[in-house]
This record gives sequence, structure tokens and C-alpha cells, in this order.
Amino acid sequence: MAKPDTLTIEPSGPLPRPMFAPGRVMIYAVLILTSLYYLIPLYVMIITSVKDLDAIRYGNIFIPTANPTFAPWVKAWSEACTGLKCSGLAPGFYNSVSITVPSVIVSIAVASVSGYSLANWPFKFGEFFFTVLLVGSFVPYQVMLYPLVIITREMGIYSTLWAVVFVHTVFGLPILTLLFRNYFSSLPPELFKAARVDGAGYWRIFFQVMMPMSVPIFTVAVILQVTGIWNDFLFGVIYAGPTNYPMTVQLNNIVNSLQGVKEYNVDMAATILTGIVPLAIYFFSGKYFVRGIAAGAVKG
Amino acid sequence: MVFIVLFVFIGGTFWTVASSFTNIKTLPIFTPAEFYDAFVGMAQYQRLWRSSRWIISITNLGIYGSLYTIFAFVIGFWLAVLMDQKIRLEGVFRTIYLYPFALSFIVTGHVWAWIMNPAFGLEATVRGLGWETFSFDWLTNREMSIYAVVIAGLWQGTGLVMALMLAGLRGIDDEIWRAARIDGIPKWRTYIQIVLPMMRPVLVTTFVIVASGAVRVYDLVIGLTQGGPGLSSQVPTIYVYETMFVGALAQGTAASTIMLLATAVILIPWVVVEFGKKQQA
Amino acid sequence: MRYKSMVAALAATVSMAFIGSVKAADVEVTHWWTSGGEAAAVGEFAKAFDATGNKWVDGAIAGSGDVARPIIISRILGGNPMGATQLNPGKDADDLVKAGLMLDLTELAATEKWDEILRPKSQLASCTIDGKVWCVPVNLHSGQWMWTNRKVFKDAGLEPPKNWHELVAAAPALQAKGIIPLSAAEGWPVRILLDDIAVAVGGADLKVKIYKGRDLEAAAGAEMLKVFQAMDAARKLVDPKTMVPQWNEAVGLVISGKAAANVMGDWAGGEFQVAGMKAGEDYDCLPGLGLDDVLDTGGDVFYFPKNADPAVTKAQMEMASMMVSKEVQVAFNLKKGSLPMRADVDLAAANDCMKKGLAILADPSKVFPGEIQMIDRDTLNQIRDNYNEFFANPAVTPEAAQAKFVEIIKNAPPL
Repeated sequence: MAKPDTLTIEPSGPLPRPMFAPGRVMIYAVLILTSLYYLIPLYVMIITSVKDLDAIRYGNIFIPTANPTFAPWVKAWSEACTGLKCSGLAPGFYNSVSITVPSVIVSIAVASVSGYSLANWPFKFGEFFFTVLLVGSFVPYQVMLYPLVIITREMGIYSTLWAVVFVHTVFGLPILTLLFRNYFSSLPPELFKAARVDGAGYWRIFFQVMMPMSVPIFTVAVILQVTGIWNDFLFGVIYAGPTNYPMTVQLNNIVNSLQGVKEYNVDMAATILTGIVPLAIYFFSGKYFVRGIAAGAVKG
Repeated sequence: MVFIVLFVFIGGTFWTVASSFTNIKTLPIFTPAEFYDAFVGMAQYQRLWRSSRWIISITNLGIYGSLYTIFAFVIGFWLAVLMDQKIRLEGVFRTIYLYPFALSFIVTGHVWAWIMNPAFGLEATVRGLGWETFSFDWLTNREMSIYAVVIAGLWQGTGLVMALMLAGLRGIDDEIWRAARIDGIPKWRTYIQIVLPMMRPVLVTTFVIVASGAVRVYDLVIGLTQGGPGLSSQVPTIYVYETMFVGALAQGTAASTIMLLATAVILIPWVVVEFGKKQQA
Repeated sequence: MRYKSMVAALAATVSMAFIGSVKAADVEVTHWWTSGGEAAAVGEFAKAFDATGNKWVDGAIAGSGDVARPIIISRILGGNPMGATQLNPGKDADDLVKAGLMLDLTELAATEKWDEILRPKSQLASCTIDGKVWCVPVNLHSGQWMWTNRKVFKDAGLEPPKNWHELVAAAPALQAKGIIPLSAAEGWPVRILLDDIAVAVGGADLKVKIYKGRDLEAAAGAEMLKVFQAMDAARKLVDPKTMVPQWNEAVGLVISGKAAANVMGDWAGGEFQVAGMKAGEDYDCLPGLGLDDVLDTGGDVFYFPKNADPAVTKAQMEMASMMVSKEVQVAFNLKKGSLPMRADVDLAAANDCMKKGLAILADPSKVFPGEIQMIDRDTLNQIRDNYNEFFANPAVTPEAAQAKFVEIIKNAPPL
């Protein structure tokens, strides 16, 4: 496995050559054309979400409306109905926040300590442990679905927010632990040895030596977990229970409940709203995001 | 805590596999005696391979998995090579190719469902422009629906492959390039015959990531086609979910055991590479 | 196990001790009623329940019963169940009841004399296991209806059809005008459509013989082949491009006049109601597809999973009682388009379709059990899948689909 935390895809070498050599033009043409494939859905999403229903019915999905309206956004956020509940996506947003925050904190706290132990405090069966972790991060979720229903039931947390937090933590740990282990192993061992000589213990080394050196990997881990957990659908459906559904599940509910006319504009506004948090993280975190997904893609 | 998680993984997997040889319906069983009583051998697997729905699901997984993997690799590598040509605005292009990866599959599914909507989407638009016979009915065409899933999947995932490949390309020593240039080898041949083989670890990692992700495809199908039309875009994950909780628990665990096997097969090339590396070291 | 049953026993004693003094409670109710007509109907329940001082916490699950059932069942298995949930009368909850996860309603049923006021008997019987009552039937649904938009036929210069065959005959003329002759939705609605054709063409007896009697000869016989051939004709009527994801979208196409007809259960009536259309004037409803006016007696029931909180238990009982009360039965069923469980209510406000249904219901020879009362859900899902594959895939011959059908019936677990 490539060590994702050491990946870099920043440009290097001499400055770009002039743009207008014939071969260059081809390259740019291809890049721009492919960009369209990636950009069009976002564009369509946005312009559809501000159209009224007539503009959708009689207009073209690629042409923006002359009279944009934000009513669909308001409806998607706070009025769209599923059954009798007409509170839009807002409750889902708060549920997603209450799922994501504890899941991220718990999984990263546990994984960083475990990764640190694996890297710096070798113990018997460490290699075996490591292998199981690696394999564990690939086990299809379906294999674990029912056992986790049983486990969360026995813990008495099934169909609460805590069940989802627990499941995300369980599925996040293998990959995060690997991430931290790889990172801590790549730090110069002299640091650790020096601290040992100074008589520092397990926790002191972790908090005073390792943590301050590990801001990048923590950032990567946070980004990875926040986007992964925010975007989850399956666990939300199964473990949260209807009153605790995260935003993705509520989005699907809203799009699939039809009372009267199908409101594509509201559906698209709801879709954008659901995507906004990870998108914002993506746009603001830049290269850390790239590293995060490179590392976390394993998690799928 | 991690030990608990390991225990959960091993125990859970063991339970799932074991229960797939029983005839349990709604309620789970735990004791060996219960397992002994409910034991039915391979009956669940026989039913699985008799079920046309499962056959369609697994065939679709084959189609989706291979097409998605191949195209993600080809397009991803190709984009990475283009991006590697010391272009301007590299950051902008990278941002564009990669942003869909930040979105969830459910979002991806709904967006593409809208674009491919036969009444309002691409088909209606092109026909509106005067090309009356234009047809893009993948979502309602049982022959094509799984390919619609591939298109949406590629939109979401190729950026990642591009990023991983680009990282691999940037890791190639400049000396190689200089040597190739001196030998007069054309650039495209250098990429394919020299650079690509050198990127083997990155390729294998990417393959495992992409292919094992493809086995898990679930929310994308739920958002885009809900498995339809008919059964034409069903996938194993949906089969598991829809049998497990409606009185056919053992059937669901049998299906998930097959998924586990599929993932194991995908992991093999990676294990070979990893293991081979250790032997050398 | 012993430890658990002790805890349960303890909890029961405690709840007995406190039951007199408990206050109102919030009760979360899961159901899959998310269409316009359905939401209006469930609103009547919520209103009546809130009036008892408790609070109805709505847990609607969008999609369909097929989407909702796994969520509901896993939720009950997971040990933190909702206060009440919709299911269909029949086999869905049998295992859950046997595992002791459901609240026993026997006492309430006895006090309120459910066995006298609710009809037909089959519904309450579906809720009864070993002499105890475990669920409350709230309505009677039948799946064998064809819905037509009269205006569409008139505009096309056609007489509105009186049965399935007339619709098939009118189809080419409708198509020539750019009208969808028969709208259809993906998934379980296809099963409804094909099953209705089976009952209309092969007769209800044949269906009961196969589903309940597990008569493999009948399933493989010539009569059933005729049924599959009729289904073959139906699939040729539907352009796959016009298939929509949800049943109410398909009904909506008929309401808006884009499609001429739809085959769907009587709950489609609720959609016409919401759209302000009048039965017999704007639209027609033809029981048994106009060929054989028989109806099945499916329906909806509510189960109340056991809860440790005595306040919730009390509220659950109040909800069960509320659901079969006269006023609520009328208000709910008028909006839902289904038939009430009580014969002793005033249905002057009922529309034409409901009256037709009531008349058929009064004649026991024209009524047959809903399929989930005859066979388990897992088998039913396999039949659904087989129908869907047959319907969507022209390469599957009627003979092949029938062979698969026989195989599924053969492998169905005994009742």
C-alpha cells in the first residue's frame, strides 16, 4: 500500500511553458472538455434549484431561468414533507451534525492512540493485529450489518444517534489506525528514544512529543472522517431510527415522497444543501483534502 | 477499544458466515445447539443461484465493477498524464475533477437521475433543439440502466483515481525521463512502457481501492434507479438488505458471504504485491 | 435468556404497579403513508390521538412497504422500538410476536368487543395468534381496481372502458393521440397489476388454490398459462419509457390526463379525492378490472411493540382504542379511500367507489384473503421479482415465467 500521508501532487519542476503551442492547445482543449462533464451536473443542480415549476416544465434543463426564486431552497430546508412531518431537511442537518461530531472525535482519539501504540510500542502479535486491521478495512459493510444490529441492541443504543456514532467509529478505526501508525512510524525514531531516556511515559510521549508533530495527519483524519460520515446513507437508514435520520436519508425521503406534483426544484435544492458541507470542506481544505481522500478512499 | 473492534469484526464475520448455512428467518440465533438445529448445509446458496434476481445482481456487479474500474483507470491515468504536462491552472482543473468525490453517492444519484430524466433531461433537451429521434433513455431502458449507474459512478470517482495516479507520476524519478529522452523514446511510449510499470504499487493500491469500492455500490443505485427498471440495475448490496430484514435472514447472510468472497478475490493481487515486497526486504 | 426474561418479568410487575398513575406520552409511529391522500388520512389519526392528551410523533418512511418493512422489522429486533407501527395483516410480524416483542391487546379487544364490531372476521383473525390479539386492523384495502380518466376517453372520441378488455381494445386509438393507455410504476405496483390480471382472468379461486393451498398442479396448469399470456398482453401495452418510480406518480398521470388508466388498489382513490375529482363523473373505478367483481381483503394493521415505560404502554392502548373508534374510522377511511373496519358507522359521505367496495364486501362469496395472509413475505417478494422481470424483459416467455412461478410456490415455507 502506498503511504498516503507522504503523497504529494503539488506541481514541481520548471514553470509552465507558453500556452499556445499546437500540442498545448490540444491538451487544454481536452482538459476543458472533460471539465464540462464534471461541471455540468453542478451547474444543472444550481440552476434547477432556483427555477419555478413552470420554468422547469416548459424550459430547458441547461438554460437558467430569467426569474430566479429562492422559494425551493426555503422549502427544501424547512418545509418539505415526508408523511406528516413537514420540516424539510433542517432536522436532518442537526442529526448529521450530532452524528458527525462525536463520531469524528471518538474515532480519531482511539485511532491515534492505537496507531501510536502499534508504531512505537511493539508488542506480541503486533504484525498479526496489523494485518487483521488492514483486511478489516475492506470487509463489505453488508457482512457486518446484522451483527451490529445485535451488538447495538445488547448495548441498548439501537436506533439512537449513539448507535450510528458507534458504527461509524467501528468502521472508521481500521483505516484511521493504519493512517496514524504509518505516520508515527515515519517520524524520526530518535525523538521517541530521546523522550524515553528523559523518562517520559506512554501518555506523556504521546501528548507532548507525538501530538504536536502530527497536526497534518490529524487534519487529514478529520477531513476524511467528516466527509465520510456526513455522506453515509446505509448506516443512517439502519441504525438511526426515523427521528434521528441524517441528512442523506432525509434527502432520499424527500425526493421519494410525492404529494401532488413532483417538485424537481425542491429536490435539487435539497440535494445541494446535503452536499454543501463536504463541498465546503473540500474547497477550503485544498491539498489536505486530496491527501485525506487518498488515504481514506479505502473506506469507500 | 481497538481490540473490541477487532473482536466485533472477527466475531461478526464469523456469525454472518455461519448463519448462512442455516435456515433462520427473522430472529438471530447464537448457541451452537441452535446452529446445529437450524443447519441446512448449502441450501441458502442453492436458492441464491436459482434466484434470477441474484443472478442479475451479481451480473450487474460484474458489469459495473469491471467497466467502472477500467474506465476509472483509463480516464484517471489519461487525465493525470495531461495534468503532468506542466500546465497552467493545474489547481483549478484538479479542483474541478475532484469535487464530485466530496459528494455522497446519494447526492450523485439524485443529480444524475435528474439529468437523465426522460421527460425533462438531456433527451428532451436535444430533441427540443430539433434532433427529434435523439434517444438517451438509459434510466428507463432495462438494457442500459446499469450503464447509467456506471456513468454516474465515474463522475463521482475518476477524480480520485486521477489524484492517486498523479501522485504516482510525480513520484517517478526525473532521471528516468532524462534517460528516456536521451535514448530518443517518444513521450507516450515512455509513459506506457516505462513509467506505468514503475507505478505498479500505486496501480495496485488504486485497483484495490476502486474495485472494493465497486463491490459496495449501494446508495448510488438507490439514488439513481432504485434497482429498476424491472430488476435491471439490482446489485448484491440491495439483495442483502431486502432479504435480511424481511424473514429471509439466512438468505441475506449467504448473499453477504458471497460479497465477502468477491472482496477477497480483489484483495489477492494486493496481497501478492505486499507480500512480495516483504520477501525482497 | 433466563436473565432477560427475569428482567422482563420485573419490568412487567413494575409497570403494573405504576400503570394507574402514569401520565400522557409521546408515541412514535412508523408507517409508509407518504402520498397526498395517505398523508391526509394519517393526519386524522394524529389529530385524534393528540386529542387524548398524548402526542403522535410521526415516523413516515418514504418509498413503499418494501422499503419500510426492513426498517420497521430491524427496528423492533433492535430492542428500541417505535411505539406503534403499520404493517399488513398476515405473516409479516409472526416471528416477532412469537419472540414476545409485541404488546398483547387481548384485554382491550375483549373490553371493546372487537370480535363483534370489526368485520370481516379474517382481519382480526390475522391479528390473532394462539387466541391472543396482537394488532389492530384499521382499514380494509383491496388491490383489484382499474382507474380510468373519463375525460381522456371522451376527448379521444372513445367510450370510457367498462373492463380490462375494452381498455386493451382502446389502446391503439389512445396511443395515436399521444396518450399513455396504461400508466405503471416500478416494483410492487407491477405485482399488483399482474396479480389483478391473474384474478380477473383466472379467477380468485385459482389464486387462493395456489397461494393458500399450494396447489402446484394448478400453478403449472393451463389456466395459469392463460393468465401469464394475459400478462404478456399487458406488458406489451406499457412503454417502458413511461414507467415511473412510484405508484402515486402513475396515478397522477391518470389524474392529469396524460394517461388513460391505471391498475392499483383502492388507495388510489385517495389521490383522486385530493385532486378534487368526482367518482363516476370525472373518473371510473372498476373492481376486479371490470371483469369479475371480486376483491381481496388486504389492509393495514397497527402493531404496538412492547415498551418498558408504563406511560407509553398506556398511550399505546389509547391509540389502539382510538383507531377503531367510530369517528376516527370514518374520517380516516374517507381520506384514505379504504373501507372502514366497522359496519356500524355512517358512510353517507362515502364516494361511489367506496360504495361499490362496500357492496362487494357484503357478499362473502366475492371476497378472498389478501396474499400476505396466505403466504410469507419472502415468497411474495420472490413472486414480485419474477413478475417484474417478466414484465420488463420481453425475452422471458410466459411459459418461462410460469415455470419460475411454480418453483417459487414449491419452495415456499409451509404456513
